[in-house]
Amino acid sequence: MMKGIVKRFPGVLANDHVDLFVEKGEIHAIVGENGAGKTTLMKQLYGLLKPDEGEIYINGKRVEFSGPADAIKNGIGMVHQHFMLVDNLTAYENVIIGMEPRKGILLDRKKARKEVKKLSEEYGLTIDVDMKIEDMPVGLQQRVEIIKTLYRGAEILILDEPTAVLTPQETEELFEVLRRLKKSGKTIIFISHKLNEVMEISDRITVMRQGRVTGNLITSQTTPQEIARLMVGREVVLTVEKKPKEAGETLLKIEDLWVKDNRKLDVVKGVSFEVKRGEIVGIAGVAGNGQSELVEAITGLRRAERGRVLFRGEDITGYDPKRLRDLGMFHVPEDRLKRGLIVDFPAYFNTILGRHMIEPFVKSGFLNMKEIKRFSKQLFEKFDIRPRNIELLAGSFSGGNQQKIIVAREMSFSPELLVVAQPTRGLDVGAIEFIHKTLVSMRDAGVGILLISMELDEIFSLSDRILVMYEGQIMGEVRPEKTTPEEVGLMMAGKRLEEIRR
Amino acid sequence: MNNRVWSFLVPFFSVIIALLIAAVVIILIGQNPVIAYKAMIEGAFGNIQALADTVIKTTPLILTGLAVGFGFRAGLFNIGAEGQMIMGGILATVVGMHMRGIPPLLAIPLTMIAGMLGGAVWASIAGYLKAKTGAHEVVSTIMLNWIATYISSYLITGPLAVGSGTPKSPEIAPSAKLPPIVTVGALEMTSGILISILSAVVIYIVLEKTKTGYEVKAVGFNPYAAEYGGINISKNIVMCMAISGALAGLAGALEVMGLHHRFLGTLSGGKGFDGISIALIGQNHPIGIIFASFLIAALRTGSSNMQFVGVPKHIVTIIQGIVIFLVAADRIVKTLLRFRKVKR
Repeated sequence: MMKGIVKRFPGVLANDHVDLFVEKGEIHAIVGENGAGKTTLMKQLYGLLKPDEGEIYINGKRVEFSGPADAIKNGIGMVHQHFMLVDNLTAYENVIIGMEPRKGILLDRKKARKEVKKLSEEYGLTIDVDMKIEDMPVGLQQRVEIIKTLYRGAEILILDEPTAVLTPQETEELFEVLRRLKKSGKTIIFISHKLNEVMEISDRITVMRQGRVTGNLITSQTTPQEIARLMVGREVVLTVEKKPKEAGETLLKIEDLWVKDNRKLDVVKGVSFEVKRGEIVGIAGVAGNGQSELVEAITGLRRAERGRVLFRGEDITGYDPKRLRDLGMFHVPEDRLKRGLIVDFPAYFNTILGRHMIEPFVKSGFLNMKEIKRFSKQLFEKFDIRPRNIELLAGSFSGGNQQKIIVAREMSFSPELLVVAQPTRGLDVGAIEFIHKTLVSMRDAGVGILLISMELDEIFSLSDRILVMYEGQIMGEVRPEKTTPEEVGLMMAGKRLEEIRR
Repeated sequence: MNNRVWSFLVPFFSVIIALLIAAVVIILIGQNPVIAYKAMIEGAFGNIQALADTVIKTTPLILTGLAVGFGFRAGLFNIGAEGQMIMGGILATVVGMHMRGIPPLLAIPLTMIAGMLGGAVWASIAGYLKAKTGAHEVVSTIMLNWIATYISSYLITGPLAVGSGTPKSPEIAPSAKLPPIVTVGALEMTSGILISILSAVVIYIVLEKTKTGYEVKAVGFNPYAAEYGGINISKNIVMCMAISGALAGLAGALEVMGLHHRFLGTLSGGKGFDGISIALIGQNHPIGIIFASFLIAALRTGSSNMQFVGVPKHIVTIIQGIVIFLVAADRIVKTLLRFRKVKR
């Protein structure tokens, strides 16, 4: 239990008299928008931050933590959003790090392996204890993190947005694990802003907004709409309103495209499709089925091995990103930190990335700072990017606002075609609603949009046509109103549309 | 506190801390640090001759510091300033030797450009190898350093050799010599310092005010995002190495044109490597690099005078080492400064 927690950061009141009551043996979800103060609150519970005011009780006993070591002693474990694992060590080595069983002064590897193996089997956290972290998919890495906290004797587990990096299947498996942990008496605090997940897994919910608690709910007696309202402070439309619209001429045409990944393996195997003016074409699929490489090949970031990409009839295969932007193709990349932003640049430099070489931003080789800043301020206003300070480094914005910077930038140069990959990954409902609305309004204005997303809901609510990709091939094309999530799910698992509808 | 303030505070306090620690060492060897430092300051700035000597030493250091610092900003670790400086010196010497009868107004820029070209081409080799094959520039520039060293020693002991004693080339034409600002006895304070400072200003403007600077820094910070932003990474790497090499080459040219008036001995004598420390102390900022070069030059000039009062001049190596250590591990200084603030 946390009572009256106050945490101030320079200029921000991150937690404003927050009370949190978690019962033993329950799964308690904490939901809220990006920057609502969820992570800050948990860091105080885990001893990473010291509250400015307020008290923490564990099992009725007042505690004060001067560091995570104290929290661990009190049976609290935390799985961070970004894993803290050593890549080139094996799973079991990572688990025992800092608490190694010893034989004299030597590490007792045998015992360590056995203990970790036992733990993993006990809770159904199946892993290969001898596999190196770098060889594991994120889902498994997360398991290692969970085992690590259990190994340290955690009774209360804090999971900070555990599903943000997982595929739907991995998420399902994680929930299985969580249920098993609950059954064995562990208490779980689950931070998320994905409402459907919270509804599925949690017993009770604490909703936070702008550093305050705005709701304490029992999951079985609430609705996603109510949670969303408490999170955002107003009614939120969870589904986007979209008028039917006749698509125009063909903008983008992909013909028998083949692409290799970094390991030189074919990952896109003969894909063909079209995107027309004024339509949103959604590509659904489990991550890693070639979508990323397909996008990179279309947007000039990766070489196509075979096939052609046509844009308004012009063969643009192999064009570089600058030329593509000149032609009117803009791109919201799936990895905003790796591709979309230069986090060490101030925001105003990021709002012109990709168009930094054209007038009026550059005049005879010199940057026109006045114009750049004017443009940037205008974008910040129009897209309500917060904090409203273009001088801040891009890295210091929250994930949602970083994404807004990218979306704002790519939309502001009157695109003809937008290639949008995972536009709402890790964003809260408010930001998702905003980005969805913006995409639909772009479509209504006649822009062609290619949307790649792992979120089936997103694909369904935005797309005019849905393509499903599996192992580098298109399994079928459907219209959202004439299909079901089950049918698309089957295609995502590798069944062709013809086989399903036969 | 913002980054700009830090990047000034950290080197400043590092120097102070280094002087304090070195003072302890001086006490430990039984000398008085106050007397030692006084002698050092006098040796570096005490009279016009000392000052001239310090300025002469500063001149090439600014340029090699810029060479390394500019590379860093572009995400390139150019360890090859040494070799680029040598190649610049050689080309400047060869061109300078043939400037007889050509007016200084033409001869001086031509010789300088030759030096810059020498360094630029030499560095571009490493840039090209990185862009084409991914060969890391640290390895290739180190190898190129040795090649440059041996080419120069072959030339001045073979085809270009004159006189006896230290291997040297013939003098360059008088019209290609840089006019001194002041002449103190046998010591000419070269006008090269003006060119060095001008170069720092130009590099500052390029980095902060131009499209090229935007792209250079973008690639340095995040090559993936730069590529996404339509910046040609390979072209950028080669160009940045060329600019970096041109700066180091200019350092070599100025040594030839302003100081020795010929290619003398090894010419660079480690000044290319000094560029690494200077870039670090100057936080890769062109103006910071000017001050860092002046500091290192002053320490070196002053150290001989310190020797006269019985303190070995190697103390300055200790000072330099500690400064670099503290700047590199800037957290130490930041923590110390923050700690003081909290206590207050």
